[in-house]
Amino acid sequence: MEINLNVINQVTVITIAGNLDSSTAPKAEEKILPLARPGCKIALEMSHVPYMSSAGLRMLLLIYRQISGSDGQVVLVGLSEELKDTMAVTGFLDFFQIYPNLESGLATII
Amino acid sequence: MNRIDTYPTHSYKNFKLHSGRPYPFGATLVPGGVNFSVFSSHATSCKLVLFEKGQPEPMAEIPFPEEFCIGHVFTMIVFNLDYENIEYGFRMEGPFNPKEGHRFDSSKILLDPYAKAMGGREVWGIPPNWEAIYPYRARLVYDDFDWELDQLVAIPAEDLIIYEMHVRGFTQHPSSGVKHAGTYAGIREKIPYLKELGINCVELMPIFEFDEFENDRVNPKTGESLLNYWGYSTVNFFAPKAGYAATGKFGMQIDEFKNLVKELHKNGIRVILDVVFNHTAEGNAQGHTFCFRGIDNKTYYMLTPEGHYFNFSGCGNTLNCNNPVVRNMVLDCLRYWVAEYHIDGFRFDLASILGRDTKGTPLANPPLLETLAFEPVLAKCELIAEAWDAGGLYQVGSFPAYGRWGEWNGKYRDCVRKFLRGDDGQVGEMVQRVQGSPDLYPQRGTTASINFITCHDGFTLADLFSYHEKHNRANGENNQDGTNDNFSANYGCEGPTNAPNITALRHRQIKNAIAILMVSQGAPMILMGDEVGRTQGGNNNAYCQDNELNWLDWSLLKTNADIFRFFKYCIAFRKAHPVLRSRTHFRGQDYMGSGTADITWHGLKPWSTDWANGSHTMAFMLCGKHAKGGTVKDNSIYVAFNMHRENLTFNLPQPPKDNRWHVLVNTGVNPPEDIWEPGHEPLLPNQSNLWIGSRAVVILVAK
Repeated sequence: MEINLNVINQVTVITIAGNLDSSTAPKAEEKILPLARPGCKIALEMSHVPYMSSAGLRMLLLIYRQISGSDGQVVLVGLSEELKDTMAVTGFLDFFQIYPNLESGLATII
Repeated sequence: MNRIDTYPTHSYKNFKLHSGRPYPFGATLVPGGVNFSVFSSHATSCKLVLFEKGQPEPMAEIPFPEEFCIGHVFTMIVFNLDYENIEYGFRMEGPFNPKEGHRFDSSKILLDPYAKAMGGREVWGIPPNWEAIYPYRARLVYDDFDWELDQLVAIPAEDLIIYEMHVRGFTQHPSSGVKHAGTYAGIREKIPYLKELGINCVELMPIFEFDEFENDRVNPKTGESLLNYWGYSTVNFFAPKAGYAATGKFGMQIDEFKNLVKELHKNGIRVILDVVFNHTAEGNAQGHTFCFRGIDNKTYYMLTPEGHYFNFSGCGNTLNCNNPVVRNMVLDCLRYWVAEYHIDGFRFDLASILGRDTKGTPLANPPLLETLAFEPVLAKCELIAEAWDAGGLYQVGSFPAYGRWGEWNGKYRDCVRKFLRGDDGQVGEMVQRVQGSPDLYPQRGTTASINFITCHDGFTLADLFSYHEKHNRANGENNQDGTNDNFSANYGCEGPTNAPNITALRHRQIKNAIAILMVSQGAPMILMGDEVGRTQGGNNNAYCQDNELNWLDWSLLKTNADIFRFFKYCIAFRKAHPVLRSRTHFRGQDYMGSGTADITWHGLKPWSTDWANGSHTMAFMLCGKHAKGGTVKDNSIYVAFNMHRENLTFNLPQPPKDNRWHVLVNTGVNPPEDIWEPGHEPLLPNQSNLWIGSRAVVILVAK
C-alpha cells in the first residue's frame, strides 16, 4: 500500500494505492490523521484500492470523525462499485460524501 | 498511558507471551496482542491452535503454560498477531470416560464457545470440506461500531406487532428484486415493505452461527440434499451467521447485521432474536465433537447418571442451563447481544428446558430464568418463552415468569384455529383468548400472552385453510415428522383448487384469522408471508427446505392483493385504537361511569351470549372510555364472530350516546368492501340489526 499527497486548489488530495486491511490500515492512519487539522479540506482518492477489510473501513470512519470534528471537509472519490456496495451494506457509506472521480469531488469541496 | 503488563515475559517458538486475564472468556484484543481465555474444569492441558485465515493446517500450537492457569481457566496473551488474518481453536487433553461424563478427544481442534465470529461457513450453501480438521473456525473481531444516536426502541409490549421471519427466506426468492438476496442487507432493502404492512417488531428465526449442512437427509422425490434451513441448532452463541451476510465472504457480517439493526431502529422497528439454548449442534454421542463436548462435556450437557445425554430437546443433547458456568455463558451471551448489537428482545426456543435442573427435574424457582428476569442489561428487553419442551414439560400459563416473561400462547393458537374451523365447544375458551387469556395469566396482565395463530412450526395461514393434513414427504421422513394437531380444514379440496367458492372461503378464513388476532388483547405475532397468503404446499415442518417452499414469493403481493390490503388495514386499525391494547386485564366493570363495562359480551342478541356447546357465535363490545385502564379516550368497538355454516342476523347493542356504528370489517362481503381504511369507515345503514354471512367477522367502530 502506498500513499501520495498532493495539494490542488488548497485541497489535500490523498491517493491510496493498494489494499487497506489490518496490516496496512494502521500505517495509512498514521499518515493521514495528522492532516485532519481544523478547517482542512481532504479528498481521498480511492480508485487504486482494490480491497478494504473491516480494518480499512474503520480507518476511513476514524478519519471522517476526526475531520468532521474539527470542522473540516472530506470526500471519497473513485470508489469501485464493489467497495461502494460493501460500504453500503455495512453502513459505512452513510457517513461519506462520495464522488465518481477526483474532478467532481474537487468541484464540491472547493 | 500504556499498561505496565503489556510486554512479553515468555516465548514459545516465534511467539511472545504473557500471562492472561481470565475474564472475559474468549479472545479479546489488548494492546499489542490478544488475550485468550477458556474454561474447562476437567481438561488436564490445553493448547491454543492458530491458523492463517482459511488454511487447512495450523501454523502453530502454543501450549498454555501451567503457570498461566487461574483456577479452571486457561489464559494467556499472545503478542503481534494479525487479528484479521488468523483463526484460532483449542486442543484439550483430558479423560475419555463417557460413564463419568468425560469425552475429551485431543485429535479434535475445538471452537471457542465465546468466539465472536466464525469462519468455515461464510457463504450459504457452499458444500463444506468434510475432511477439514477444523470446520468451524473462531475468528477475532474488532467489535466497535458507530451506532450514532441509536437507542433501543421503546414500544410497550402490548403495542407490539411482531413479524416472525427467516432472514434468508424473506428475500431469497428471485421475485424479491433486492440486490443481495437472502441476506441481512436484503432485509434492509425491504424495510419500506415492513413499514407499509405496519409491523413494529421483527422476530428473526435463529441467526446465531449454525451449519445448514448438518442435515443428512435427502428429498426422496428429487434426490436433492436437504439442509438445516431454519437453524435451530446452534454452533456458536456469540457469532451472527456469516452465511446470512452479503459481506460474509469478507468477514463483515457483524457490521452488516449491526447496520440492519440500526436501520430497523431508525424506522421504529424492534428486533427480537429467536435463540436456541436448549441444545447445541453437537447432537448425541454419535454427533461431531467440535466445541463443548471436547471442552467440558460434563459441565455443558445434561447427563444421566450413566453418562448418556438427556434428550429433552428432541435433538440429541440438552444444554445444562442451570449449571452455574453454563448459566453464566447464557447470561454473557444475552448481555453481549443487547450491549453490542442493540437487540430488543429474545424468544427462547423450548424454554422450559431452561427451568430444569442439572438432572433434568423441573425447578420451582429456576436460577437461570430468575437471573434473566432481573438482569440489569436486559431490563428493557422482551423475554418470550416457548413454554414447553420435547421432554413433555408444558408450561403455558405456568412458566416461571417473575413478572417479566411473556409466552408464546399455544392455547390461543389452538383455540382460535378450532373456533375458526367451526369446532363445537370453543366459545367459552374464546372469551378468555380474546381478552389476553386472563385464565392463564391472572397476575401477569395481557402482555404475558404472545398471541399467534401461525408460526414457523406448522402450517402457514393459507395452508391452515387449504389442507386437512400435513404433506411432509419432501422432508425425507415418510411424513412422520411435524405435528398432526393442526386443527385445519381444506373446504372440499386438499391443496390448490380452481373452484372459486373454495378459494373465496379460504381467503375469508385468512381474513377472519387476522381480524381475530388484531382485536385480541396481548401482543400479536404474524408469520412472514401470511399477509400475502404464502403456501408451503401443506408442509407443516419445512425446516429443511431451502427452496421455493420456504422463500417468500413477492409476486403473491399482486396475486393476493386483497389479503395484503386486509392485513395492512387491520394492523393500522389496531395501532389506531388503544382500546385494543390494554396492558391490564379487563375487569368486566364500569369503573369510568360510561354506562357500560370495559368489556361486555353479546351474541345474536345484545347482552346475551350463546354459551351452548354447539354455539359458533359470539360478540363483544369494548368501551372506549375504558381504553388502557381509562387513561386514554378511544372509540367504542363492537366485534362479532359468526363461525356458523349459516348466515345469521345479529342484533346490535346501542353505541355510546351520540355515536353511530361504522363498519371497519365485514369479511362476509366481497373485497374491497370487506375492509375500509381505518378512519374512513362508512356508516352502518341499519344500526340495530346486522346480517352476517357464514364464517365471517364483523368489526364496527362507534363515532
